[in-house]
Amino acid sequence: MYRLAVEKTTEQAEFAAPWLISNAWVIPLLMMLSFVVILLFGKRMPKRGAEVGITAVGAAFVMSCVAAFQWIQHVENSVSEKAGAGLSGLGKSLVLPGVVGPESGVAPITQTWDWWSNGLIKFSAGIQIDGLAVMMLFVVTFISLLVYIYSTAYMKDDTRYTYFYAALSLFTGSMLVLVVADNSLMFLVGWELVGACSFMLIGHWWEEKPNSSAAIKAFLTTRTGDIGLLLGIIVTFFAAGQTFNLTEINQAALDGRGGHTIWLVAASLLLMGIIGKSGQFPLHTWLPDAMAGPTPVSALIHAATMVVAGVYLGARLYGVFWQGFSIADGGMNPMAIIGAITIIVGALLAFVQNDIKKVLAYSTVSQLGYMVMGLGVGAWVAAIFHLFTHAFFKALLFLGAGSISHSGSHHSFDMKKDMGGLRKFMPVTFATFMIGSAALSGIAPLAGFWSKDEILATAGQGGFQFFQIIGISGAVLTAAYMTRCIYLTFFGEYRGHHHPRESPKAITVPLIILAVFSVFAGLANAAPLGIHKFTKYVEPRAAFPEVVVPHFEGLLAFVSVLAVLLSAGLCSYLWFRKDQLGPFKGLTQRNAVARGGYTFLVNKYYLDVLYTDVVVGGIKGPLARSAYWFNQNILDGVVNGIGRGVPVLGRGLYKYVDQGTVDSAYNGLAKETGEAGGLLRRLQSGQVQRYALLIVIAIAIFSIALILAK
Amino acid sequence: MNWFDSWALPLAVFLPAVGLVLVLAVPKAQEQTVKVIALLTTILTAAVGIGILTRFDYNKSGSLQFVVDKQWIPVIDARFHLGIDGIALPMFALSMLITILCIIYSWNHFPEPHNPKAFLALILLLEVGMNGTFVAQDLVLFFIFFEVVLLPMFFMIGVWGGPNREYASIKFFLFTLFGSALMLLSFLALYFKLGTFQIPELAGLHGAGIAHGTQVLIFGGLFLGFAIKVPMFPFHTWLPDAHTEAPTVGSVILAAVLLKLGTFGFIRIALPILPSGAQTWAPWIGALAVIGIIYGALACLAQTDMKRLIAFSSVSHMGFVMLGIATMTDFGINAAIFGMVAHGLITGLLFFVAGSIQHNYHTREMSRLGGLLQQAPRMGWILGFAVMASLGLPGLAGFWGEFPAILAAYSPAAGLSVGLFRGFMVVAAIGTVFSAGYLLWMYQRVAFGEPKEEFADAHIHDVGPAEWMAWTPLILLTLALGIYPQIIFGVTDGAVTRIFGG
Repeated sequence: MYRLAVEKTTEQAEFAAPWLISNAWVIPLLMMLSFVVILLFGKRMPKRGAEVGITAVGAAFVMSCVAAFQWIQHVENSVSEKAGAGLSGLGKSLVLPGVVGPESGVAPITQTWDWWSNGLIKFSAGIQIDGLAVMMLFVVTFISLLVYIYSTAYMKDDTRYTYFYAALSLFTGSMLVLVVADNSLMFLVGWELVGACSFMLIGHWWEEKPNSSAAIKAFLTTRTGDIGLLLGIIVTFFAAGQTFNLTEINQAALDGRGGHTIWLVAASLLLMGIIGKSGQFPLHTWLPDAMAGPTPVSALIHAATMVVAGVYLGARLYGVFWQGFSIADGGMNPMAIIGAITIIVGALLAFVQNDIKKVLAYSTVSQLGYMVMGLGVGAWVAAIFHLFTHAFFKALLFLGAGSISHSGSHHSFDMKKDMGGLRKFMPVTFATFMIGSAALSGIAPLAGFWSKDEILATAGQGGFQFFQIIGISGAVLTAAYMTRCIYLTFFGEYRGHHHPRESPKAITVPLIILAVFSVFAGLANAAPLGIHKFTKYVEPRAAFPEVVVPHFEGLLAFVSVLAVLLSAGLCSYLWFRKDQLGPFKGLTQRNAVARGGYTFLVNKYYLDVLYTDVVVGGIKGPLARSAYWFNQNILDGVVNGIGRGVPVLGRGLYKYVDQGTVDSAYNGLAKETGEAGGLLRRLQSGQVQRYALLIVIAIAIFSIALILAK
Repeated sequence: MNWFDSWALPLAVFLPAVGLVLVLAVPKAQEQTVKVIALLTTILTAAVGIGILTRFDYNKSGSLQFVVDKQWIPVIDARFHLGIDGIALPMFALSMLITILCIIYSWNHFPEPHNPKAFLALILLLEVGMNGTFVAQDLVLFFIFFEVVLLPMFFMIGVWGGPNREYASIKFFLFTLFGSALMLLSFLALYFKLGTFQIPELAGLHGAGIAHGTQVLIFGGLFLGFAIKVPMFPFHTWLPDAHTEAPTVGSVILAAVLLKLGTFGFIRIALPILPSGAQTWAPWIGALAVIGIIYGALACLAQTDMKRLIAFSSVSHMGFVMLGIATMTDFGINAAIFGMVAHGLITGLLFFVAGSIQHNYHTREMSRLGGLLQQAPRMGWILGFAVMASLGLPGLAGFWGEFPAILAAYSPAAGLSVGLFRGFMVVAAIGTVFSAGYLLWMYQRVAFGEPKEEFADAHIHDVGPAEWMAWTPLILLTLALGIYPQIIFGVTDGAVTRIFGG
């Protein structure tokens, strides 16, 4: 079965979608093939498989760009066609009941295949290409391409270089499966596969136990969230009338089919999945540990792409969250609250880290909080826009940290011990890192400013003022911890014991490219400049709620930028002028409250203690042991007790019943039954005759049965 | 009806018996001849199986095909009645495949006390019983095949097993025999109530003619017989001992096929023949199933022996299968059959790898293992693949047994408590995290890290030719079924919906 929704849904198929965009499945397929080829033949190739990976991802990137271009053309065509012909039925779809209205524009392009059937219901695998999917295709392949190139230098001497590229290819392929999926089940396939890749890559250096433990922690924590995702998929499946199709689910949710409560349940369950995958409080603890993996992996998987899968889920099934959490009503809802808590919780933890990658990891947690909060306050476009801009500057920062460890600090990430003063030795890394930090902090007019500002503006205009304040506070904290990070890394005296130098081209060129994007990516949807590309091309039209379209608020933008600049300025002043922290120096020694707060932060709110020692330790230790004790002593005790009891019974029968009343034919049977039972206790006695006797019993039972049956 | 159609099933069931006779006729010393005969026999049997797979009418997977129905023991109305439909076909094929793989794997790996002749004879006898059980359409015939399996496995554990083999083998034997006795009683009760042993006829009555209370009683007997075989909590304690002590291929056959005889019994006999009895039992079965999922996983976490861990994981995984069955819906039962096949492939592979690890390191204690990825990277990878498949990673076969079963529990058959089954659903979903936990921790202890000092200089053989041949089909099938599950669902759905639909 094969269908092109667009072709069927338009009366004149003259602007039928071009080939690539209708067959975008080739992009993930290409990466999967790359995985297989590298795995099977990579070791024997001149560049040990890297050439296959880079070629494949390069081609995938080109195809994604073409797809993006085609999508834009497609939207333009549809709009002009509609304007010209006034085709009111255009947006209506035979197969997708979800298209909202005539002015709504373009339905996603879909293609489906029979996948499986159960209970006579057919389920299809399929792809769904719309602006959101195309945008993600671009981001994932673009960051992947840069990371693949970067890794040729960064991973050069790694013992498992070929394997590394195979795993990266599998990751990119799986992520793209998730991106193009048109149903929740295929989405789940991609979702879990990226989790497995994340496991493989965090544990890349599995010789050391902390690394493999971090990999397991990441997998299990996200899987805990996946309980919610799994159940959420089940609930939406039934609530939407036995379908996994994302558009149909969204439409059913927006229609409020089956009542509000079931969608509240579904949204809450799916939110659990987001919390696990996108590092939201309280399941964010795996993400900083995931930094045990190689730095390119941290940049690609644990900053730019995989961790935003949760946000992507929220965006894809937005109808469910919109309905379930009544986002239209404003006020409080779990999604916005979780996001808001995560912004603050993550940012505070970034202050007490000495490991530069952990600073960035907590920063990622905090920024993911912005995206989730954005979805929660109805700022769909802004949240996705932030996902887009964040991918560039966070990948830049991580790759910058990698560059430092590769050439500046001799494989260390410790800012206090092995860094300091690196701006003199690594000018390119320094300059790009500064740009990334400024973009992250939201300094106008860099990328992060536009997207964050839009989240805050939408929050305010949608009736979520509280979350606006949280957002600004988060930005203030971000500027402060990034200032600390930059000072420790690039200023002061060099504290390491090696010879720092600038990194090779394979590392610096990706940094420069990402820096350019970190500067300009925000212009894609710069509202005050009258640019609304995301609103026009990315925001879905099919089965999508009427979200607030924010207008630009000069005052808000001014206040938030000013706050950020003040924060960064104050922080710099404290570090530069007053020999470290000035009046705050030694505060944690002098003041009990400050000390308590500091300890609390250093111990990561004791969440790791709670999870690792109490929950996991409790299950693995006492609980598992007592279950096994129960198994061995109670259950098996009963079994062995019967084994011991039957011979006693047998002897009793023999002595008191058999000898007196029963004839000799039954006599033998009872005795041997007893003996057989006794064998359970007397383990050593194992003559073949005994086995034979058991068989005799079996046959005896059977023959009695046959006699009875006669 | 051509010649093949009327002879295919008897051939597929009894060819191994012919091979068995031939093997017995060859002197013990001529090991090579014995091996070749055994392998050829199973390949020939599989060829018949392939013939069945190609000639099977997949559009009518709901009706019995290749039927042979001959008078057998007139005095008790027992007939020699064989037939295969979409429910039996996947299991039938799995049984043939696993037998061949076991013989290939054993080729140079015969466990002590060696004696390939006896060992292979037992495998062939096992195949007769396994193949026969899946296609028997007469209760007496079913019972005989069901019991035929018992003896060879008993001897396999008792003779070729580990140090504690006698305890394990007798426990296995008595436990199962106890269940069989009650099962037989139920069969007889069915006969006295309905006057026939023919499964299709009995199922066609849908329980008409037996009062509800009686159905519940008769179902109880069947339940014990099948639940012990599965095994369901709390009747599972024979399983870890049997698996721990059994030789590698014994464990593989036990996990891959023998356990499925129990679940197959529920689907083929207990549920269709006694629907109203089943309905009363279903909540209890569902409860025991989800207890088994969590309990088995907890017991896994307490293990130090790799093989024993995999054995307990079977208790947990079969819980998902039984949950699917307990929903009494077509959705759940399709999932259960898929789960049976997937568990057979994946756990079979896990036991194979565990066997090779033991062969290399002479221990299964995980505290002594480590660094497998370093010393035998290919084996480490395959173990990793099996672990991922076993924890239900979507895209691999295991997922398609678990997920639809959990989904089915959301909306069980009419008459069952929706609230209760949704509770089961949540527990089962939590179970998926547990299984990821114990499997990954096992993998960490066995494959990651550096090899322990005592094995640092040991010469570890990576995957050899016989192992490749035995494992590759399992790996490829796990992948293929994971990517395109319709391979199984397309076969089973017609039969399942005919019996359980609507």
